[in-house]
Amino acid sequence: MDIAEIHRRLRERLGNIVSPELKVADWSLCDVKPQSIVEVCAILRDEPELAFDCLSNLSGVDRKNDDTIEVYYHLFSYRHRHRIALRAATPRPDPVLPTVSHLWPIANWLEREAFDLLGVNFTDHPDMRRILMPEDWVGHPLRKDFVEPEEYHGISTRRESLLKL
Amino acid sequence: MSLINSVPESLVTAKLDEVLNWTRKSSVWYMLFGLACCAIEMMQTGGPRSDLDRFGAVPRATPRVSDLIIVSGTLTLKMALRTKLLYEQMPDPKYVISMGSCANCGGLFQLAYSVCDGVDKVIPVDVYVPGCPPRPEALTEGLLKLQDKISQERWLVRDPGTDSAAA
Repeated sequence: MDIAEIHRRLRERLGNIVSPELKVADWSLCDVKPQSIVEVCAILRDEPELAFDCLSNLSGVDRKNDDTIEVYYHLFSYRHRHRIALRAATPRPDPVLPTVSHLWPIANWLEREAFDLLGVNFTDHPDMRRILMPEDWVGHPLRKDFVEPEEYHGISTRRESLLKL
Repeated sequence: MSLINSVPESLVTAKLDEVLNWTRKSSVWYMLFGLACCAIEMMQTGGPRSDLDRFGAVPRATPRVSDLIIVSGTLTLKMALRTKLLYEQMPDPKYVISMGSCANCGGLFQLAYSVCDGVDKVIPVDVYVPGCPPRPEALTEGLLKLQDKISQERWLVRDPGTDSAAA
């Protein structure tokens, strides 16, 4: 099944929950309403003709000017060798999305990373903790307005440039 | 007749300090502490081709019996506190080799939000080994430098200028 057909089927079945096909670089993308992301993902994974059995990547982008945080889901099907990307935009002050970790176990860690670096809260996630930064870290480093703290537990985060010594 | 002529020829006389230091520097047990790609070079250094064993340095799996910690790799802030904890668990006298650019100053990643810019911000470093990563020869030289440092320490003679006995 070609990618346009997949989008057409999704639209047919879900209506306005998903947007028509968008082309971004060489990816075929569609916008999904954030509260319906689990429903869309479940269809994409379980429908035999779609069979997106692999979540290749889950990452976020801070769109500060639009006051949203976008979360991208890159899906791939080993059976049919096709791929698709989903985009869910969530409000920046309180970014919340339902988890998909029960569909693809790898989403557990990927969602923790998105939480750690961008502060996206995934509801019903079994283990919503930081994964890369220390547990007592303040702030989310990939947010555009993140300011690096001067020190962490007495360890200064500044170092004189070696070129100036 | 002096005393030296009255003892058998199988005896060797030496200063006690030097004997102590000779034994200490010939058994520098280092803790396995690989953090990143430098750890691969550290394994090579301990392996048969470079053979750090011939200087008396053997790897240990626990800080409790180690004399030396070779910090090999990028030190993240998350790891920095754990590094300090491990260092504090080592019995005195203890030494630190900072291996590679990342452990020296943060290296390539020194502007990253998650990286501690040098292990010397957390624990005192005796020998810095430059390189990205340093070759086994470089780490071996680092150990030899550390042995030089150990052999110059004076544990028995109190320096009249200072209060501390150790160098």
